[in-house]
Amino acid sequence: MAGKVITITSGKGGVGKTTTTANIAVALAQTGAKVVCIDADIGLRNLDVVMGLENRIVYDIVDIVEGRARVRQAMIKDKRLPEMYLIPAAQTRDKAAVSPADMIKLAEELRQDMDYILVDSPAGIERGFRNAVAPADQVLIVTNPEVSAVRDADRIVGLIEAEGKGPGHLIINRVKMEMVKRGDMLSQEDVLDILAIPLIGVVPEDEGILVSSNRGAPAALDDKNRAGQAYRDIARRLLGQDVPFMALEEKSGFLQRLGALFGAR
Amino acid sequence: MTWWERLIGWTSGTSSAASAKERLQLVLIHDRTDVTPATIELIKDEIIAVIQKHVAIDAGQVEVALTQDKRENRLVANIPLLEGTSRRRRR
Repeated sequence: MAGKVITITSGKGGVGKTTTTANIAVALAQTGAKVVCIDADIGLRNLDVVMGLENRIVYDIVDIVEGRARVRQAMIKDKRLPEMYLIPAAQTRDKAAVSPADMIKLAEELRQDMDYILVDSPAGIERGFRNAVAPADQVLIVTNPEVSAVRDADRIVGLIEAEGKGPGHLIINRVKMEMVKRGDMLSQEDVLDILAIPLIGVVPEDEGILVSSNRGAPAALDDKNRAGQAYRDIARRLLGQDVPFMALEEKSGFLQRLGALFGAR
Repeated sequence: MTWWERLIGWTSGTSSAASAKERLQLVLIHDRTDVTPATIELIKDEIIAVIQKHVAIDAGQVEVALTQDKRENRLVANIPLLEGTSRRRRR
């Protein structure tokens, strides 16, 4: 069976693409799938530190594209999981060092022996984004419940559809339930109403995410982490399982609203 | 946010999340179609001019707007005829 290429993108920077990529990779690899992550953010390499593999880089994606390394040589194996690998971005080059055709060729080779190829897209809608989307079978769009992130996500939804890769699947990241209840944050229903694409995950804001990136150990490795659980749920949905969405969103009744109103700030 | 602001928001039903949603919906209609409010005005004026050649309309009441349902966008024009333009009267 040929592997599936999933690209994680967002338009806006800082919404959690890299964290999402690392955690979905971990969660898929935990199920026994063979997973490789590609950091497509050339010049702003980050997936390596989030995954905790920064000290093991020898070759990068540009070395593969320019023929200095074979694909297997550039794949760093994550020893915490049976079959998880990273192909790092080059740090001293720019997006133009790789073309969409190069990405398609690389993905074709990886499909032969991997189950999932996760591509971490850079922010923006230029070359780096086009590189990341070119080989995709499925696109995951990460957004935050916040006006600028949702607006940018909408632009990406349109671009993905224009590329014939649609519909993208939505991940709403960094949801703060107490703010949603208070009416100070867009709810998942609000964001879905606006973007009108299928939802594949809702991830709560969680301090554990910062701790996990401090340590280079993605939260999905920790059974007790709530955000990690949300990422494991996304992985299971990608595997085709029907997983109910976490109960982040209790509808608040009159008394709760009253409580939130007078509650301590 | 102060308690007072929260009370105002709570009683009037305009939470900051509600205004975020409303503002996003408005801005996205134009983002998605690449049709600016100025273009809409221009379209409206030209529609009025064309229709007025044939039928008397109430130019002040003409509405032209972009609307959307899910990801489908539509240009909707509402053009009231002036009274006295029906056939029966004219005959």
